[in-house]
Amino acid sequence: MNLLDNPLGIHEKALALRNQRLELLSANIANADTPHFKAKDLDFKRILSNEDPSPMAATDGRHFDSGETSNPNGLVFRVPYSASVDGNTVELQVEQAAYGEAAADFQSTLTFLESRISGIRKSLRGE
Amino acid sequence: MSIKNIFGIAGTALNAQTIRMNTTASNLANASTISPTEQEAFRAKRPIFRALVEQADLNRGFSNLGGVKVKEIVDDTTPVRKVFDPQNPESNEEGYVFLSNVNEVTEMVEMIAASRSFQNNVEVVSTAKQLLFRTLDITKA
Repeated sequence: MNLLDNPLGIHEKALALRNQRLELLSANIANADTPHFKAKDLDFKRILSNEDPSPMAATDGRHFDSGETSNPNGLVFRVPYSASVDGNTVELQVEQAAYGEAAADFQSTLTFLESRISGIRKSLRGE
Repeated sequence: MSIKNIFGIAGTALNAQTIRMNTTASNLANASTISPTEQEAFRAKRPIFRALVEQADLNRGFSNLGGVKVKEIVDDTTPVRKVFDPQNPESNEEGYVFLSNVNEVTEMVEMIAASRSFQNNVEVVSTAKQLLFRTLDITKA
């Protein structure tokens, strides 16, 4: 880890992702009453590993295509605990909990960034 | 992409829920409206929500992708009530008046649901505001 090459490390990118997740969750909450709206979320694991989730392997020429597509953006549809008649998959409690969690994650990334910055500042001053 | 989009998205929802509350207020106000013909009778208004997900919405001036908008306001299709009241000056030749199809209980439930959704989005805005200020504080570290 080079302090000058990459002073903020992974946290710079992480902050952008945390922000994107907050945005998605706020869109879910905004559409809590929209018929046929499908709630979405980010799969951090998928983004960070940056690997292409390989679809089910076809070991025989007669196998059908599973229809799975690679999803490098890490966007996933939320699977609701109970289905609703109007086709909306937003469960407000779930979204609120996720939003609270995402806000806490955002703050922790900010704390990491702050400590990085104060570290750089200290080393520049030679304290 | 910035934290300000969250304010925009929650703002569209606040707007949509306000429209929903307005229609509820209008429905409740007209609950005892009467009219001489079935066509003229007041019918409860219902806003139809739609997610802002298409490019066409953005071209039409909606800037908050992921938000919500009121697509249209439609009439409730519940049949209107027909009451025999020959003394009423509004009654037709057969002595009937047509009442609105507003159900007060449904409207109260609708109002509470709209108000809770509104509060949810206010909470989203206030959390986003805290995070925005916290981000500004990085420079003080």
